Amino acid sequence: MTALLEARNVTKVFGAGLLSAGETVALRDFSLAISGEQPSVTAIVGESGSGKTTLVRLLLGLAAPTSGQVLFRGKELTTLTGDDRRRFLKDVQAIFQDPFEVFNPFYKVDHVLALPIENFGLAASKRERRELMESALSAVGLRPEETLGRYPHQLSGGQRQRIMVARAVLLRPRLIIADEPVSMVDASLRATILNSLLTLNRDLGISIVYITHDLTTAFQISEDIIVLYRGAVAEAGAVGLVVQTPEHPYTRLLVGSIPAPDPAAAWQGERVLGRGSGAARLIPTGPSFCAFHDRCPHAMPICVEQAPPLFQTDPTRVAACYLARDSPVVAPEQMTRILAGTRP
Amino acid sequence: MTDVLRVEDLRVYYRTAAGPVKAVDGVSFALQPAERLGLVGESGSGKSTIALGLLRMIKPPGRIEGGAVMLDNVDLLRLGEDAMRKTRLAKISLVAQGAMNSLNPVKRIKTQFAAGLRDHEQRMSDKDFTVYLGDLLEKVGLRRSVANMFPHELSGGMKQRVCIAMAISLQPRVIIADEPTSALDVVVQWQVIDTLRAVQQELGAAVIQIGHDMGLMAHSVDRVGVMYAGKLVELATVGDLFAEPLHPYTKMLITSLPSLTTKQQLVGIPGSPPSLLNPPIGCPFHPRCPFAMEVCTRQMPPVRELRPNHQVACHLYEEAS
Repeated sequence: MTALLEARNVTKVFGAGLLSAGETVALRDFSLAISGEQPSVTAIVGESGSGKTTLVRLLLGLAAPTSGQVLFRGKELTTLTGDDRRRFLKDVQAIFQDPFEVFNPFYKVDHVLALPIENFGLAASKRERRELMESALSAVGLRPEETLGRYPHQLSGGQRQRIMVARAVLLRPRLIIADEPVSMVDASLRATILNSLLTLNRDLGISIVYITHDLTTAFQISEDIIVLYRGAVAEAGAVGLVVQTPEHPYTRLLVGSIPAPDPAAAWQGERVLGRGSGAARLIPTGPSFCAFHDRCPHAMPICVEQAPPLFQTDPTRVAACYLARDSPVVAPEQMTRILAGTRP
Repeated sequence: MTDVLRVEDLRVYYRTAAGPVKAVDGVSFALQPAERLGLVGESGSGKSTIALGLLRMIKPPGRIEGGAVMLDNVDLLRLGEDAMRKTRLAKISLVAQGAMNSLNPVKRIKTQFAAGLRDHEQRMSDKDFTVYLGDLLEKVGLRRSVANMFPHELSGGMKQRVCIAMAISLQPRVIIADEPTSALDVVVQWQVIDTLRAVQQELGAAVIQIGHDMGLMAHSVDRVGVMYAGKLVELATVGDLFAEPLHPYTKMLITSLPSLTTKQQLVGIPGSPPSLLNPPIGCPFHPRCPFAMEVCTRQMPPVRELRPNHQVACHLYEEAS
């Protein structure tokens, strides 16, 4: 079965230009396949510099991988032409972070909804167009009569972001890639946007890739999660396992740094990692090394000799950490299969 | 203990062609020495305007329409411009929102500190200055050598610590931190809040921490004030506020926080934040409030101290008191 969208051993390297001295590996040997038949909600979590934005750009075909391939229905994304490209533009939709910048302030919000209808010839008449727009807005919980005919500045950030979700829905895509869709929206409105994404997943069978730095919302809406650290997968698997019993020290640090909305709960931050063996500062000796070694109190000599592979610690979880080295090693391209185990 | 800061009926309006926007509308609170007060609210609730108001840094078309800001029993709103300039940084300082981006990219860190000292006529020899700056940087967990660096050589978290060091450089009585960690990664956020707490305690300075993240507030302040549409609708100790929120908005704000322990239906607050240009008559929250009564659509509820150290502005508690 061919995946809808697949990253196959993708690496993206930046820099090494005329002016810059070194190279930056933004994403290293990353593999993920999203099925077109089985709707899924996958969260990709990481801090700034983890490679999440690079991954989004690669998956949307906005950047080409340095090595490896990104495939849409089995064909290389960057070379798609004609009908294949139109199909990609229809099947894979994106929602971006900033609901303020994606609108042209001179046009009414109808414009962003009308454009895809025109470009893809979705409506034969004005009335049909209006109906399409109204049903898309209703699908995300907006009242069409309060939304259409308005200018972007007359709507709140939450409403604007939901219009972007409605725009994505219009084309009946198979996959929505949502890149930090709620990070610029007030806390009280986040739930409505995330819920509308979940509804699309449940009712229309649209797969969601939810890119975020916020582990809490990722835990709430996704089935499986991939934690990235400096361009590499640190840990991935069923979201409950990863968040509640993290294996990788980085995931533990991430979870421990989140302030729980309860003054009585502990907010441990770095203390969550505890004290390690107290080994002297390790200097990388091998060609590759664990990117987290310099912050990890449990770092061992092997961590700087070779980057850890993925160890399968549970039926539905992998961790790239030598602390789990008693578990079997799996190849990066096996990660998708293990994640799929989280779905019914 | 005497209050270090007392804000009384502060009102800041922005004058627009369509009428005044009441960004801060009659806010009162007091702060004790070394106390940490959090102000939370959605965007547009007026929390940042309070910060700027306390420092008298409101720019036209905004204007402080009335009230008093008593710092050690001196009303800052009645000070002359020059006296106010000397008060800023020395007595009441600001770590502004996105402060790390306010550093001058072409000047070394030490040069930027020197400018602050010069403006406040603190003279010291180069040798003393180096020691003084090194100590300050160490206080916020940075190496002394950071003094000779340019901002681009520092990470976001380090820059934010430089800004905290700057804010405490003249040992102020009150530090206002406006979203001090909103642009930072969650791990770095913990480090910065930890730093802020350490220096604040050492200095004995009071802190007003402004933010929108209730989780962060739960762990970094002593008392929390909840802002809605320019009004302080609830004020309580952090323990009381989370254990027993009184205002429906606070309740919904707390229940809308997703947790890391149980998967649940995400609940938001229905409706949209109010337009300040044309705010609802009566209680500004009534269009979104599930408990709204007829009186709420007519009359803004007064602030009542329902129990010791717990005040709320809501008609639901009118009869109880």
